[in-house]
Amino acid sequence: MNFALFVQYALSGITVGSIYAIVAIGFNIIYCTTGIINFAQGEFLIVGAMTAISLTRVVPLPVAILGAVVITTLLGGLIELIFIRRVRNASVLRLVIVTIGLSILIREAMLHVWDEKPWSLPYFTGTAVSTVTILGAHISLQVLWVLGVSVVIVTSLTLFFRYTTTGQAMRACADDRMAARLCGINDRWMVTLSFMLSAGIGALAGCIVSPITQTQYDMGAPLAIKGFTVAILGGLGNSMAAVAAGLFLGLLESFVVSVLPASYKEVVAIVVLLSILVFRPTGLFARRGTSALRTA
Amino acid sequence: MMRPRVHFPVIVAAVLVVLLHLVLAATDKTYYMTQITMSAYYALVVIGLCLLMGYAGQISLGHAGFFAIGGYTIAVLTTHNLIAWRDAPLIGTLRSLGLIAQWRDLYGNEVLSFSPGPAFVAAVLLTVLIALAIGLPVIRLKGHYLAMATLGFGLIVYRIVLGARLFGQADGVSNVPAFRLLGSLQVNGRAPFRVQNYYIAWIVVLLAMVLALNLVHSRVGRALRSIHQSEEAAHSLGINTYRYKLATFILSAVFATVGGALLTHYNGSIGPSEVTVMKSVRYVAIVAVGGMANLWGAMVMAILLNFLSLRGVFGSYDDAVFGAILIGVMLFAPQGLLRIPKLQAATSLLSRRLHG
Amino acid sequence: MRMRLAAILGVLVVGCALLVSGCKKTPSGPGPSATPIKVGAIFAETGGASFLGAPEARTVKMFVEKLNRAGGVNGHKIELLVKDSGGSPEKAISLAKQLIDEDKVLAILGPSTSGETMSIKDICQEGKTILLSCAAAEKIVEPIAPFVFKTPQKDSDAARRIYETMKELAISKIGVVTSNDGFGIAGGEQLAKLAPEYGITIAISETYDKQATDLQDVLTKVMSAEVQGVVNWSIVPAQSLVAKNMKQIGFDVPLFQSHGFGNIKYVEQGGEAANGTIFPCGRLLVADVLPADHPQKNVLVEYKKDYESQYKEDASTFGGHAYDAILVLVEGIKKANSVERDQVRAAIETLQGVVGTGGVFNFSPTDHNGLAKDAFEVLTVKDGKFAVYQKQPGRN
Repeated sequence: MNFALFVQYALSGITVGSIYAIVAIGFNIIYCTTGIINFAQGEFLIVGAMTAISLTRVVPLPVAILGAVVITTLLGGLIELIFIRRVRNASVLRLVIVTIGLSILIREAMLHVWDEKPWSLPYFTGTAVSTVTILGAHISLQVLWVLGVSVVIVTSLTLFFRYTTTGQAMRACADDRMAARLCGINDRWMVTLSFMLSAGIGALAGCIVSPITQTQYDMGAPLAIKGFTVAILGGLGNSMAAVAAGLFLGLLESFVVSVLPASYKEVVAIVVLLSILVFRPTGLFARRGTSALRTA
Repeated sequence: MMRPRVHFPVIVAAVLVVLLHLVLAATDKTYYMTQITMSAYYALVVIGLCLLMGYAGQISLGHAGFFAIGGYTIAVLTTHNLIAWRDAPLIGTLRSLGLIAQWRDLYGNEVLSFSPGPAFVAAVLLTVLIALAIGLPVIRLKGHYLAMATLGFGLIVYRIVLGARLFGQADGVSNVPAFRLLGSLQVNGRAPFRVQNYYIAWIVVLLAMVLALNLVHSRVGRALRSIHQSEEAAHSLGINTYRYKLATFILSAVFATVGGALLTHYNGSIGPSEVTVMKSVRYVAIVAVGGMANLWGAMVMAILLNFLSLRGVFGSYDDAVFGAILIGVMLFAPQGLLRIPKLQAATSLLSRRLHG
Repeated sequence: MRMRLAAILGVLVVGCALLVSGCKKTPSGPGPSATPIKVGAIFAETGGASFLGAPEARTVKMFVEKLNRAGGVNGHKIELLVKDSGGSPEKAISLAKQLIDEDKVLAILGPSTSGETMSIKDICQEGKTILLSCAAAEKIVEPIAPFVFKTPQKDSDAARRIYETMKELAISKIGVVTSNDGFGIAGGEQLAKLAPEYGITIAISETYDKQATDLQDVLTKVMSAEVQGVVNWSIVPAQSLVAKNMKQIGFDVPLFQSHGFGNIKYVEQGGEAANGTIFPCGRLLVADVLPADHPQKNVLVEYKKDYESQYKEDASTFGGHAYDAILVLVEGIKKANSVERDQVRAAIETLQGVVGTGGVFNFSPTDHNGLAKDAFEVLTVKDGKFAVYQKQPGRN
């Protein structure tokens, strides 16, 4: 393999890795405050992207994305209020089942609201063929957008959880819900807020990756599977690590393709998922014995 | 002491199965038996999953994987044509042992392949091995991690059948021959065999029910329930929770594989759509709507919902119906549809009437 | 005793459900002159193959409405029963048995995918019900089951048209990428089989997932094999990624696609990267620019106009396959002047010169597809629109 080719594989890995990372961040927010893995996270992406695509017919792109994020954020809050909050004796098993049900319902609703055809947002800068050249290889400008937005999201989330009262309150709920309640934190509202936040970030992610991946009503689940593989790989709840894990998985897949038939590509993520679950469920980056599991 | 009370409902169910046949025959609707038979094989998966989820408290989002292992093993062994190796000594030996048979397909081609009997045994053995290999590490996981790991298992099976030429990739395997049991009895989906297959399927399902009920009402069942209520407490009482959970996992996998194998013979084919995440989720939905720890509820719901789904009653809302069921049951009827307070009041009223 | 009651209750529920679904099946009254002809259709309106099944279902519904308004066929109206298989073979099996045993339909249109078709091929044959599949794989009609037909053009002919064009462009070393659905697999096999005949070497052949979100890595691998051209054989939306990603990684060789590219949606998704793609396809996509005396001109323009005005979306060749299926059936009924399955089947087998959207159908007892290589036109994409491919003078 010559050098330019090597770089090209690496850039291709970064492209998909950045997509996985941005999906994984959404999982982490809800997990952080509630300890639930939201199986409907992938659907938030598609709802966001589809809404933005519909809106671009009447308003310019930035406004459409903003509108889509707001609408999906509200949808996330509504879903929490209507469904999650009402689950009686909410064990993990029940909540997992409810979010799976939600993911199916949202997906089928999208099939009937929009349709079965693929859509996409236009490239944010340039067109489908505009690229930048790095070390003799090429990468689409949109990937830079995805990476940039991921960094901005992770940084602001870290700041939010560390320095704002609301953020601290959300973390407190995650650590010990009862104690948080005793301190006067409205824990139910914090859960709603976390659903809104992750829906909004999901929608933003959906919009940004749409030019690269296209958007189709049933794409949420495959993206979500990659997303939570990455979330677990990085250690649930750790958004910074999720970005690293996302890029790692993307690069791994890309280089696997370079040596093995491409039809095995999809197996890579699952093998990674199963091995991490069995051998190191706290994630790749967690130090043993620390409680890094639930802090952002 | 327990036995008669456990087995009585099975006898009632058997009588009802015969009655249903008579009703269908009288109303000239025997063709409903096709979908009832198919649903019955799906019910096997659900009964197994009910043991695992309801009694051992372990979720599995990968049971369609076990169903497919059974179905695909059968399909490949009974259709993979060995005619090119007809003269190989190994084939000759297997043939003289009756493991391999020669037959002619619909288009007059000679096919030399494994007989359904040995293929069935192979499918069950393979499932036990795989369930053991998967179960050993996975059963130790809890909550989300278990859900994810079983989901991952299902996905791997899906990827393998979709990627391997042997399994027909996206097209699956078709032309699976019928499974001759005894004399003219055979698992065969053709119209002339409809009635006997209705009974074959029900016998298999009721046998599975007897097995599952016995297990639930035995020492093992009590141990399982104690695990479900409080694993720590069970453990401190000296119950080897891990071993019980693993055994249940393997048993439920075997139930699923038997369902998959027999349905593949009945349908004459199997495709990757049997291994999707959605299929696994459907089984979970049915167990939930049946009331989690309620074998009869799960069985009845499996037959009813699959019957309606296979007949296309839900139209293009098929998946949506199962999604709605999951949410609806979790929100409004965590004890399952058959135990909604009002219904329960009605049934207890009925039972008081019946017993005067 | 609760369990027993649960069982009784359950069976009662089953019984009620049976009655309800039984009642729904009562016929909606026979027509004034003759009894309606029942025709079944199994399409993947939802699920992973809905991009095929949805336009197919819309097309046959539209066709039958129009036909019935015009008085039906031989004085019979057509009663169409469309069933959604979700793309699952097991569901297709159940629905096919239902249509054959209960509804006693004359024929079944569809299914949309080759996996589903293969799993009901024998059922239709044994049930002596005509099956007009809208899936492309050649094994559907090879070996021939007397009752089974298909309307999409042959994969092998598409492969031949691609190879012929390659020879014109002096391309001899190629890379092949296919999607992992039935369409992609069948196409990949044909390409591999026919390559030696045209003196073409397939240097690399890769399969990608039908739900892929990015294909740069696969294409980088193809690029590293130093090929002169790429064939992308796929029917799924992910195929538009190939054009885009090739341009993005600076892989500048001609891109050939299959007849699965026959949807303007895929061109839109490819953006300007799709320009220059060469692919064999039925003439539906270039209906407007066909010469007025072309035999297919009227059929194509009419279908396109009807479909686009009724459903407010672009017509695709997928819907066209369903159009041809119902068209062939209606022509068969006309020719047989009967509604008996055997007679209609025999009539279809002898149909000659039926002008459909996919080409001109000439069936025979040994050809249950009826289309020849000239059913394909080699097309290209020019400024985001389909155009007939013309050999560029400078290039050879």
